[in-house]
Amino acid sequence: MIPLLLIIPLVFALFSVLLPRAPIKLIALPGLVLQLIASLALSVQIYRHGASDYQLGGWETPLGITLHANGFTVTLLTLTAFIAIVCAVYALVYLQRYRHEQRYFWPLFWFLLASLNGIWLSGDLFNLYVGLELLTFSAVGMVALTGSKPSLRAAIRYLYAALLGSLGFLAGVGLLYGQYGTLAIQDIAEISNAAAPTQVAIALMTIGLLLKTAIFPLHFWLPPAHGGALAPVSALLSALVVKASFYILALLWLDLAPEAVAPAAAQLLGALGAGAIVWGSWCAFRQSDLKMLVAYSTVAQLGYLMFLFPLSIGTSAVAAELAWQGTVLHLLAHAFAKAAMFLSVGTLVLALGHQSIKDLAGVSHRVPLALFAFGLSAVSLMGLPPSGGFNAKWLLLQSALLSGQWWWFVIILIGGLMTAAYVFRVFRVSFVEEARHQFAPTHWLLDVCALTLAAAAILLGFVSQWPLQLMQLVPGGSG
Amino acid sequence: MSLSFEAFNSDFWYACIGAVLFVVALYAFIVSQPLLKKLLAFNIMGSGVFLMMVGLAQYQHGPDSVPQALVLTGIVVAVAATALALVLLRKWVLSGGQA
Repeated sequence: MIPLLLIIPLVFALFSVLLPRAPIKLIALPGLVLQLIASLALSVQIYRHGASDYQLGGWETPLGITLHANGFTVTLLTLTAFIAIVCAVYALVYLQRYRHEQRYFWPLFWFLLASLNGIWLSGDLFNLYVGLELLTFSAVGMVALTGSKPSLRAAIRYLYAALLGSLGFLAGVGLLYGQYGTLAIQDIAEISNAAAPTQVAIALMTIGLLLKTAIFPLHFWLPPAHGGALAPVSALLSALVVKASFYILALLWLDLAPEAVAPAAAQLLGALGAGAIVWGSWCAFRQSDLKMLVAYSTVAQLGYLMFLFPLSIGTSAVAAELAWQGTVLHLLAHAFAKAAMFLSVGTLVLALGHQSIKDLAGVSHRVPLALFAFGLSAVSLMGLPPSGGFNAKWLLLQSALLSGQWWWFVIILIGGLMTAAYVFRVFRVSFVEEARHQFAPTHWLLDVCALTLAAAAILLGFVSQWPLQLMQLVPGGSG
Repeated sequence: MSLSFEAFNSDFWYACIGAVLFVVALYAFIVSQPLLKKLLAFNIMGSGVFLMMVGLAQYQHGPDSVPQALVLTGIVVAVAATALALVLLRKWVLSGGQA
């Protein structure tokens, strides 16, 4: 079952390259359904039998490539498959007006999924590097899709930042291999120590990954790239792509070399997260462009992920467990909510013909469903109950209290309030009655997609224990 | 701690030169404005990393085929990255941007 999750997207990527004239629906949808079924089946298998490894081609670890699936990875795989299928349905409708872009979108889309699945399943450092690079290439290609001047500029910026980040990561991989003579994460975890070369390697990799995750103050490339891309692309990038480098960062700090990282360094990462929340929210509040507001909101929301490190390194086991659960829930809730938000904003922009926040008047009358989806996803982003975002922030708050780190408690609360501030800026204008311009009709499927994802973000608040239970099955899987 | 001179064999120096290349090119990448120059700096940085990977591993474990295989993959990835960057830069210049 594990290799299928790589084979399916790669095969369909080839199909969409080789058969550009075939009807896209016939290729994309069956592939996505297959992928969702495969990831659900793998989840069931992990639920029944525990974590499992797969040796690619039957070669054992130093030479071969090991794929590793545990409760966390299957959660991420299923999340990826689910968000991909919704974004694909949206893209099928949305891209009808972009004939030229459509041809390149689908191969890139499938390569993006293949590299994401590869990263979730990868059991060794070098594969993570290759996965990160492939992810960057397909993501950059998607940003540059329209070929307009701003999108090219954003794509080049994104590519350069990502390449720099990957080289930092690769240098760290080289140092670690030089020291331990293996690349398998589980093997290094058993023998890793706090020696200086390990710390230098972790530092290099951390800086590289922070750049790729767009954590403040290395977030400069994200808003133009995510804000300028086509709506389904923005949704995929904000929901999934930035999470891949965070996933690797968490793997390094908590699994690979827990002895090599100092609590002071974890506090520093937390401080960067706090900076991201405050600065990102402030910038979101100042934007006049609707899509840029959502993009800056991603910068802010990524900050919460950084609290994993101060809350789980050098704290009690209970606090660390709560922090881990809160972070995973935040990752899931943000993926659903942000994808929903970008899709609903995409629909709003289609209907309005512009993306200026000032001129949203009349939206509540004319495009109510898109605005409703935007609102639902905003509930989760703000952390209001009942929603996945609320449960995540609640767990993080509890962890902050338990470990006696009240300063993170305060930042999390301030973050919620600032999120409310920038979201209500949109609502204030959109409920103004008199519309000054024409509204273009939009396809009903666009609304259905955005609403599905927004509903998932809310529903996650009721079924939070599912992903958490799945993760507890794995011994040591709690980080 | 005393280190004998033999401890610093040629592999060690490869790794050192790699590290120096990495740092020098990193400086160039950050400081230089032209996008094409940045791309060249990225390529030199990559070479520095590859030298480090092979040199360091061989210095500590003797001749080893794994880092060489990794560097081969790394070179392929770097070439692909450079190609993608060049295509984007070309489009960017054609649309009136400054490379």
